[in-house]
Amino acid sequence: MISLAGRDILHTWGKFVFTGIGLGLLIGVTLTMAGVYRGMVEDGRVLLDNSGADLWVVQRDTLGPYAESSSVPDDLWRGIRAMPGVVQAANITYLTMQVGLGEQDVRAMVVGISAGGSGEPGWPPQLVAGRQITRGHYEAVADLASGARLGDVLRIRRNHYRVVGLTRRMVSSSGDPMVFIPLKDAQEAQFLKDNDAILMQRRRTEANPAFNRPAVPDLLDAVIASQTSNSYVNAVLVRIAPEFTAQQVAEPIRRWKRLTVYDRAQMEGILVGKLIATSARQIGMFLVILALVSAAIVAFLIYTLTMDKIREIAVLKLIGTKNRTIAAMIVQQALVLGLIGFVVGKITATFAAPLFPKYVLLVPFDTAAGFAAVLAICVLASVVAIRVALRVDPAEAIG
Amino acid sequence: MSRQGIRIERLSKRYGSGDTAFWALKDVNMQVAPGEVVGLIGPSGSGKSTLLKCLGAVIDPTSGRMTLDDQVIYDEGWRVRDLGALRRDQIGFVFQAPYLIPFLDATDNVALLPMLAGVPNDEARRRALELLTALDVQHRARAMPSQLSGGEQQRVAIARGLVNRPPVILADEPTAPLDSQRAMAVIRILNDMAQQLQTAVIVVTHDEKIIPTFKRIYHIRDGVTHEEAGEGRGLG
Repeated sequence: MISLAGRDILHTWGKFVFTGIGLGLLIGVTLTMAGVYRGMVEDGRVLLDNSGADLWVVQRDTLGPYAESSSVPDDLWRGIRAMPGVVQAANITYLTMQVGLGEQDVRAMVVGISAGGSGEPGWPPQLVAGRQITRGHYEAVADLASGARLGDVLRIRRNHYRVVGLTRRMVSSSGDPMVFIPLKDAQEAQFLKDNDAILMQRRRTEANPAFNRPAVPDLLDAVIASQTSNSYVNAVLVRIAPEFTAQQVAEPIRRWKRLTVYDRAQMEGILVGKLIATSARQIGMFLVILALVSAAIVAFLIYTLTMDKIREIAVLKLIGTKNRTIAAMIVQQALVLGLIGFVVGKITATFAAPLFPKYVLLVPFDTAAGFAAVLAICVLASVVAIRVALRVDPAEAIG
Repeated sequence: MSRQGIRIERLSKRYGSGDTAFWALKDVNMQVAPGEVVGLIGPSGSGKSTLLKCLGAVIDPTSGRMTLDDQVIYDEGWRVRDLGALRRDQIGFVFQAPYLIPFLDATDNVALLPMLAGVPNDEARRRALELLTALDVQHRARAMPSQLSGGEQQRVAIARGLVNRPPVILADEPTAPLDSQRAMAVIRILNDMAQQLQTAVIVVTHDEKIIPTFKRIYHIRDGVTHEEAGEGRGLG
């Protein structure tokens, strides 16, 4: 038996190809949206991987340091380092801000890393060019996505930092490139005010009789010094010994230090389940809308093609063609349309992904799921046309 | 199965019920022998189309009996179950317009019927080519319907009606769109094929040019038929 669907498609190939391309662009957008979501999850995982930590010690009852602000004293790490099972502990600060680069500025996550070296928690694990930070001030390691190159000067608040090293795929969960600077500089950057603001705060403090006591001359200086310095960090990153489990190390820190401790799985849950949950729901809604639009397009085209063939279908039924043969012809045409659309969509998504400002991760599972969804949508979309075709009276061929 | 042609006895068809009931056919009798070509003539609204649809197993009659060769098709409310297979295997249709499938070439338009009946593609195409050759359109075998002239399309449609060697062919105004020369050629082809394949042919027509060619004519008016002898001339 010849393929009626195949012959019809060959006969009206232009209509199929051009509609398939239109549908393909829609499917391409759908696959890209799924890729954006995957990219956000992957960015979150990369952030955790690159931190090199097994535990995140943060302010009590907060979801810090990524999903909520968290503030812990910067001398806390010493006590944590002495806890059983802790191999390394390091202070870290995170601040998402605009960083000046030449005449322009870029959105970046500025990471303050404590003195140490490569291999310390929080430090960039690999560089693609240059070297790690070796000085205590005004050096930076930047991600390539920031647009910075070796030797460039970055402007963070009032200070300037020379780029001495470059990383690749060191990004925040929002996809912003990371810029690593020394911890002290980062702590200062978090609370640094302009000169006028500092002067006004000093005058207010001087005018406060509780701080400016003639009998205690050093009190005012001590208060002002505490106001203009920052002795807090966002979290302490902890690396544990191999013979300990995360819970074995985390529980004593929670109990004795009165802090919240997250292990890797919990932190991934916070990033994926809370930080990007709203974005995921938005993308999910877009996917549903795009699926409905795709289904409507396929249904409309298949319905139109079927209506164009009503007389031929009547003749086919009159000469004894079974209903299932006619239904199969319509379904096959819908599937071919879906196949053309999917191939075009996949090619579009593959070539468009690198052009997106956010990281787009196209995974084989999404491709397979998308293909299955497209086929299912095409089969469902052909139902209306099949109902019309099966209702055609063979007597219509006679008149 | 011996060839006995088509026979209907006291066939009636009613549309609607109660006060709105309308009898389109009233006790129609008709018999067409194998190899015979008869005309069915009547004005608009006389019941021609209804009779053709009953003969073509497209609609069920209200009462009466119809046999095709030695097979009972309808008998007072009973009918064969698979009318689709009956139409495919035992009834050939030729329409006023050829109604060829636009996405199949001439050969496959003809070969489609045997293919639907389960005949292998090669064998179905061989049969189709045989008929196209007999109808003198073999040189257009690979042409699509849109590339064929009106006369060629009609010959391909006739080949499609004949390809399963049905015991009966129903031709609905087959010459209406053709000039007199081509109309006579179509009638000649139907006569020749009826003789060759021992097929009963019923031609519904208004065409004055071809009416004299029938040896037997059924007139139908208000759902009632009466038979008369035709002139049977002009076919050489």
